[in-house]
Amino acid sequence: MTSQSAPVEVHDHHDIKPIRKAAMWVFLGSECMFFGSMIATFLLYRNETADGPGAEIFDIPFTSASSFILLMSSLTMVLAHNAFENRDPRATRIWLLATAMLGTTFLAGQVFEFTEFVHKGLTLSTSSFGSAFYMLTGFHGAHVAIGVLMLMTMFYLSFSGRLFDDRGLNVELVGLYWHFVDIVWIVIFTVVYLLQV
Amino acid sequence: MAETAHRAHPSPSTYWVIAGILAVVTAIEIAVPSISALDPVKVPLLWALAAVKFFAVVGFFMHLRYEKKLYRTLFFFGVFGVFPLFIVVLLTFNAL
Amino acid sequence: MVLDTSKDLVPAQPTGIWSWITTVDHKRIGMMYGVTALVAFFIAGLEALFIRLQLATPNGTILSADAYNQLFTMHGLTMLLVVVMPVGAAFMNYFIPLHIGARDVAFPRANAFSYWLFLGATIMLLSSFVLGGAPDGGWFGYAPLSTQLEEFVRMDYYAIGAQLLGIASIMASANFIATVFTMRAPGMTLMRIPVFTWMAVVVSFLLIFSLPIFGVGLFQMYFDRNFGTQFFSGGGDPLLWQHLFWLFGHPEVYVLILPAMGIVSEIIPVFSRKPLFGYPFVVFSGIAIGFMGFGVWAHHMYTAGLGPVAEAGFGIATMLIAVPTGVKIFNWIGTMWGGKVRFELPMLFSIGFVSLFVIGGLSGVTHSVVPSDYQQHDSYYVVAHFHYVLFGGGVFGFVAGAYYWFPKWTGRFLDKRMGLWHFWLMLLGFNLTFAPMHILGLNGMPRRTYRYGEGLGWEFWNQVATVGSFIIGVSFLIFAWNLIKSRKNGVEAGPDPWDGRTLEWSISSPPPVHNFDEIPIVEHVDDFWHRKYATDEEGRAVRMTDVTGGTLVETDTGGDGSHEEEDMHMPSPSYYPLVAATGITTVGYGLIYAPGAGWVVAGIGTLITMWGVFGWSLEPVTRDEHHD
Ligand code: HEM
Ligand SMILES: [Cu+2]
Repeated sequence: MTSQSAPVEVHDHHDIKPIRKAAMWVFLGSECMFFGSMIATFLLYRNETADGPGAEIFDIPFTSASSFILLMSSLTMVLAHNAFENRDPRATRIWLLATAMLGTTFLAGQVFEFTEFVHKGLTLSTSSFGSAFYMLTGFHGAHVAIGVLMLMTMFYLSFSGRLFDDRGLNVELVGLYWHFVDIVWIVIFTVVYLLQV
Repeated sequence: MAETAHRAHPSPSTYWVIAGILAVVTAIEIAVPSISALDPVKVPLLWALAAVKFFAVVGFFMHLRYEKKLYRTLFFFGVFGVFPLFIVVLLTFNAL
Repeated sequence: MVLDTSKDLVPAQPTGIWSWITTVDHKRIGMMYGVTALVAFFIAGLEALFIRLQLATPNGTILSADAYNQLFTMHGLTMLLVVVMPVGAAFMNYFIPLHIGARDVAFPRANAFSYWLFLGATIMLLSSFVLGGAPDGGWFGYAPLSTQLEEFVRMDYYAIGAQLLGIASIMASANFIATVFTMRAPGMTLMRIPVFTWMAVVVSFLLIFSLPIFGVGLFQMYFDRNFGTQFFSGGGDPLLWQHLFWLFGHPEVYVLILPAMGIVSEIIPVFSRKPLFGYPFVVFSGIAIGFMGFGVWAHHMYTAGLGPVAEAGFGIATMLIAVPTGVKIFNWIGTMWGGKVRFELPMLFSIGFVSLFVIGGLSGVTHSVVPSDYQQHDSYYVVAHFHYVLFGGGVFGFVAGAYYWFPKWTGRFLDKRMGLWHFWLMLLGFNLTFAPMHILGLNGMPRRTYRYGEGLGWEFWNQVATVGSFIIGVSFLIFAWNLIKSRKNGVEAGPDPWDGRTLEWSISSPPPVHNFDEIPIVEHVDDFWHRKYATDEEGRAVRMTDVTGGTLVETDTGGDGSHEEEDMHMPSPSYYPLVAATGITTVGYGLIYAPGAGWVVAGIGTLITMWGVFGWSLEPVTRDEHHD
């Protein structure tokens, strides 16, 4: 910025990386609105339990554990990205797989949690609280699932040596998406779980 | 400033440190609701801790600190835009 | 005509239907948006004519109440989401890359996907008429009306159809933003971008941040209808829908009008032979409108009883947003002022735009005043207002753009005589139709009533409005005929027929596949103008003798193989975007009929989507990158 930052932003027509990243970031900004709307809905209905179960059925130790797992998957993801930047297919592959496994564990935890809650009488249609809770966490879970799918695709590509080709999808973009899904959960964990009990 | 640092990504050791910090903050978060002395500040405190984690991941793991300003602008529109909008919505419902 | 002397160096224009299906060329995609939207315009217009026939006399008998509800809902929904927005997208697709000196948009295949998904959603919405009934809860689908009557699929079509249109728009917007911020030609700084493209950026931001909110609302409506959730019923509050809807809906009205404003801001300087008066003001007022557009949504909800504080706040914010809008109007007038105004067709429609938009803007300000809005709410006064801004504003602006850029698309002019008939009939018909609605509204005629009794004093003006609407219909038939005929038989236009100012006029008409033989280096706002004209001592523009419009390209390419250093990677055609869009549309149909057999359809759709998405993300981006 010191030596008169060039007014001319010369852009290399072959380097698609920054273009992709710009699109990814603005897409993530858009996703903030998406999750923000659902979080606001949840806050609005946090007490509308219609005499059914409310936040007291949350199992904070359990959810803390699964939150921690998702949080650490961000570490493995960024290590995968780091290996990718160093063009190390083996390390990339290992960290990708680790991330996918952590993500899957989180999803399994969510399935377990949902099942528990349904047994305790909280369903989509029990109350506005239930509707808002399941919608928010469910859409988040769907995002995680899509992320796992993308990670596995990268994992698969790493075997055929095509990981570093210039394709629509690459480890860096998958990483951005994955971290985003993680930070959304950081907010959900606080707003939906910690603040309600 | 940040433009010049572009590409100079942090090293794996930084990532481990950040992960450690995230773990510690999470531990504090989980502890806060059970410490009754903190009850009066519980809500802002938990929001603040979540923000620390949020921006740690965004800044370091997602490299936003090291990237072009453009990306930051694009993303922060969403992050900071969503708050005022829904605070107003919740206020009109008297739900805050 | 410009000769492509470098034929063997540059990609050739492919032909045949398959080349359209697999196209990733932003110009072709723009065309397809435009044509689809035009067809939809005629359908939605026909719906409007039925409405007007029904209301021509008291106790109309042409339509049942049920049919009326479907027609006005679909009319509004189609006009907004399937006509005006996509026409905007058509112009943006075609001109953003040309305006900034790029060869294509950032993600050509995602761009094709946006179009195909838009087409799928359009077909879905229209097919509802024969598949169990069209949406009938008004274009803003208020709960709890929209969440009741679960035995009908009508509002499910609304919930899913609008959702798919939203996804398509979000992708297109991300694409445009990435394009403008990362692919500008050297020297094309942000403050040199043509105003239309600036407005396209603002629109893209509005969409990308408002559509997800709407998306959540639509999902909630859909879940309430099909899975017994309680977002807007039971312990839920229907007012939540209104918030989510208008958080999107108000930015949406700027999404509808800003592209038209951008087009007019391109046209007026060209036909006044003056630069746009206060270019930075026009840009910044557009950005200001974008920001403020997010802060006024609740002015649609005054009568829902938000309480005095909120109402006052939103009222004041709404009045303030008139300021940047007014700034633009002064800039347009200032541009014409003292210019050598040529009253060609694009200019006539632009002037029509400015005048009618001012009327619509003024009646809009009257809504911002809370007590006055209590009177006008849900009356024909509102119908008059939004047609003045959407039709008088939006559609006039787009038609102006069509007359202006048709020579660029086809190399030929639209016929002038037919164009004049179109203009005067449209202007007359428009005012006959919608001006009386102000009076009807103030006399108490509610909107969305399928019939009215005798003796209420509404007969005369309703008849006038109906006559007017048919005049509009005739004017658009002329327009359609003109488009069809002039495409092949129009007067040849050459590359720069209007003595244009922006880069699209520096290349041949229609442009070559790769747009620019050589990426231009930009030094000014209105760069192309400055290449043609120098300024003499008194500040008058003097044409440089050795340069004529459009021939720049010729002199450049006349040279030799010196362009070889710039090897052009044009993205290769792909059918995967179509596959993916088909898959998602199929999922949509499944969801409409879920639970039950719908799940099967949705499952099949998911498989098709996966095929499309995987094929797409794994195939190489450009043809010459095959190095497996
Ligand atoms: C041929 C020209 C047109 C005619 C005769 C016409 C007529 C009408 C009438 C009479 C209504 C009110 C129906 C009612 O409240 O019962 C209406 C509603 C509406 N029109 Fe138009 N219109 C025309 C063009 C347009 C255009 C170009 C647009 C937008 C770009 C548009 C957007 C709408 C919208 C959004 C509604 C509200 C629908 C609702 O209440 O949910 N119309 N139109
Ligand atoms: Cu509004």
